[in-house]
Amino acid sequence: MELIPALHDLGIDARPGEPDDLVDDHEVPCVAFPVSTDQVSAVLREANSRRATVVVRGHGTKLAFGGAGPAPDLLLDLSRCDRLLEHAPGDLIARVEAGMPLASLQEVLHASGQRLGIDEPVPGSTVGGVVATNLSGPRRLHTGTARDLLIGVTVVLADGTVAHSGGKVVKNVAGYDLGKLLVGSLGTLAVITEATFRLHPVPARAQWVSASAQPDALEPLLARLCHSQLAPSALEIDWPRDGVPTVAMLLEGSADGIPARIAAAQAEFAMPTTVDDDLDWPWQLPTRDVARGICLKLTCRLGAVAGIASAAHDLGLHVRGAAGTGVLYAVPGWTTPESLESGLRTLRDLTRQQGGSAVLLTAPALVRRRLDVWGPVNGLAVMRRLKAEFDPGQLLSPGRFVGGI
Amino acid sequence: MTQPAAPIAAVLEQLRSALAPGRVIDDPTQLATYDCDGLLHYRVTPALVVLAHDADDVRLAVRACAQHGVPFVARGSGTGLSGGALPHADGVLLVMSGFRAITAVSARDQRAVVDPGVINLDVSARTRPEGYYFAPDPSSQQVCTIGGNVAENSGGAHCLKYGFTAAHVLAADIVLPDGERITLGTTAPDAPGYDVLGAFVGSEGTLGIATSVTVRLTRTPAAVETFLVGFADTDSAGAAVSAIIGAGIVPAAIEMMDALAIEAAEAAVACNYPAGAGAVLVVELDGPSDEVAAEVAAAEQHCRDAGAFEIRVAANDEERQAIWRGRKSAFAAVGRISPDYIVQDGVIPRTALPEVLRSMAELARERGVRVANVFHAGDGNLHPLVLFDERVPGQAAAAEDASGAILDLCLEHGGSITGEHGVGADKAKHMPKMFTAEDLGTMQLVRCAFDPTGISNPGKVFPTPRLCGEVPGKRSAAHPVQAAGLGEVF
Repeated sequence: MELIPALHDLGIDARPGEPDDLVDDHEVPCVAFPVSTDQVSAVLREANSRRATVVVRGHGTKLAFGGAGPAPDLLLDLSRCDRLLEHAPGDLIARVEAGMPLASLQEVLHASGQRLGIDEPVPGSTVGGVVATNLSGPRRLHTGTARDLLIGVTVVLADGTVAHSGGKVVKNVAGYDLGKLLVGSLGTLAVITEATFRLHPVPARAQWVSASAQPDALEPLLARLCHSQLAPSALEIDWPRDGVPTVAMLLEGSADGIPARIAAAQAEFAMPTTVDDDLDWPWQLPTRDVARGICLKLTCRLGAVAGIASAAHDLGLHVRGAAGTGVLYAVPGWTTPESLESGLRTLRDLTRQQGGSAVLLTAPALVRRRLDVWGPVNGLAVMRRLKAEFDPGQLLSPGRFVGGI
Repeated sequence: MTQPAAPIAAVLEQLRSALAPGRVIDDPTQLATYDCDGLLHYRVTPALVVLAHDADDVRLAVRACAQHGVPFVARGSGTGLSGGALPHADGVLLVMSGFRAITAVSARDQRAVVDPGVINLDVSARTRPEGYYFAPDPSSQQVCTIGGNVAENSGGAHCLKYGFTAAHVLAADIVLPDGERITLGTTAPDAPGYDVLGAFVGSEGTLGIATSVTVRLTRTPAAVETFLVGFADTDSAGAAVSAIIGAGIVPAAIEMMDALAIEAAEAAVACNYPAGAGAVLVVELDGPSDEVAAEVAAAEQHCRDAGAFEIRVAANDEERQAIWRGRKSAFAAVGRISPDYIVQDGVIPRTALPEVLRSMAELARERGVRVANVFHAGDGNLHPLVLFDERVPGQAAAAEDASGAILDLCLEHGGSITGEHGVGADKAKHMPKMFTAEDLGTMQLVRCAFDPTGISNPGKVFPTPRLCGEVPGKRSAAHPVQAAGLGEVF
């Protein structure tokens, strides 16, 4: 039997792919819409028995992340697995299905004065998508990333096995933490169907202190701000292609505590500053078009942020990101594949010398097919062995991850 | 004709010639001194001890073990409380405590690179003059090693705000169970690829041995305020914790001790806690000065509203240390009021605290043992101390039974069988109560990717070994927690 009628027989909605369902420019023969972990398991068992390859989609906002793979046989759409399963405000935890939009979750949590400490630089993301891509924004300086907030997961392996790790308490060291492996795995190890997170209270007040710096004043400024005892929630930089760098610090806290911290921050900046309730730019990637644009992710040791940002600026990139953690996003003005390739090579050399990496975060499939998206990877041999154990048939998102995994 | 040498004899011979003199111990008397870690009632004498002083020692020892199919166990200072460093009778124990240089510190990068045998507190001692410290602070931090912290994903009182070891490790050099050396992670965050290092941290020595660890350094806060609060009972102390956390305050630490634990601490270190208290809270707030001042005022008010009869704010570092002394000495202190005791480590959702404490008192009463309670109240991590007298027939068994029943109680409330001490040898048997065969089978896939022959700290974490290459269990029975009527599947 064909896959679609077989899924229908299992009570699972499925249909042939439509123009909106393209994956890396490939048409997909089948899109399945499971509504629960059990249905995801049933779909994967069915796919596994046919050796069908599977790509997972939430809202499809980040399908251009990672390498471009061959045409998948099945697109597993989790947008109907979108329930909030549990929110325990007193315990500061929430358990959600992977297809729940992050913004919807935040809305529910805000009503209790809480939030999940993961920002949404790509609007429209689902919770599962944010975890699978390890997306983060400015507040990672304060609350970390998905790896630090995910305390339990339910996953479905390629053969349909349903497995859990962690739990719903923040402190828990029983068994291996599979969640860590799943964060940023781009759907190549297993399908995340449920996630449990620790939450944080929403502070009473938030203010940004920002300043435009001369390029040669950037490193001393960042050094002062990183070393300050201001406990900022974010320390961001934005350096447009034809401009000077702007540095912005987010202070969050109590109504009584914030004014003195703003004054102390202004003293650390030691240059003219502006104070705002909110800023637009730090919450967005420097590209408006994540699906079709090109965006690099540059990382480095903390003390090299100014140097890397400056080098990227000199190469003609618009640089923006977390200056307080060493994670920058950069959009090139390069127009030919050759210039992209050589620019990437230069940035890989530079970032590697500073303990980091240069990854092609997102780009058109044509570009990702031609270039090495990832660059050098530590521990690749172990990663291949993990993939072979979890997905021996290489059915989950083949070709999307490091080393062609 | 001579018999073929036993594998361990072959390892001994190989390491005698490969390692520096004195690094290999096979004298039975000396071996016997390594027969346990901090969990004293499990004792196994290793067949061989290697005193590792550098990464080459570790690599050579592990490679020899791999060649001859001999199990190995790494041990730091041996402070672990779950028997994670319990030796294997036919195996090699690698003692890492001599492998202890802090090889690099960069305040600007907020990083330090340290050997696995470095003492936890030594990292902070070295970096504090520059305004930084290593945040994970297990109570044993004066003696425990970074390698042990990595293996156990150690927490401590302050992980409520600052997170566990996993949040503070950026990169590590690792010797895999086949003797291969790899580097995981980078100095920068978000190294491309799977977060294998994240899974390695907390794997209790079952995936290999770290030979160098790059840790995150945390800026020392501008202000630290510590205060001790006396309550009539644990219910009112618990209500104060709920009110503080409900108000959106994230304390650096918030610890509770009950009457019996206070009695023990008084007997041991004369900590001079409020007289007549049925429970005390140790609350610590840190951060920018004005924020801390506002939070202290609010937290004190919440405590008074919940019925606190005494609040004592530490005026200086000395007074702060005095407050912490009672709390940090609590485990050892119960030795003053009971000849024998079991230290338990379980986790519950914090809001279930009053109910769990009542049930715990009841189950102890039923079994004729006493339970002293010390816990990280902010995150529901309980450390019940089950007191008993081994000389009284039946008491040891009753205590063991009570200790196990406490873990059932934790699971019933959606918690965990260990918050920070690890599974080790002690709790492997409890794992199937918390995880399905499929859950455990899936975790074992990770083990198979690292250690297909199962020689790296065998017998720990998992109740039964798994033959790699096996197809994961296909049974789809109800989750054990659910089947036992203990609670909903998480």
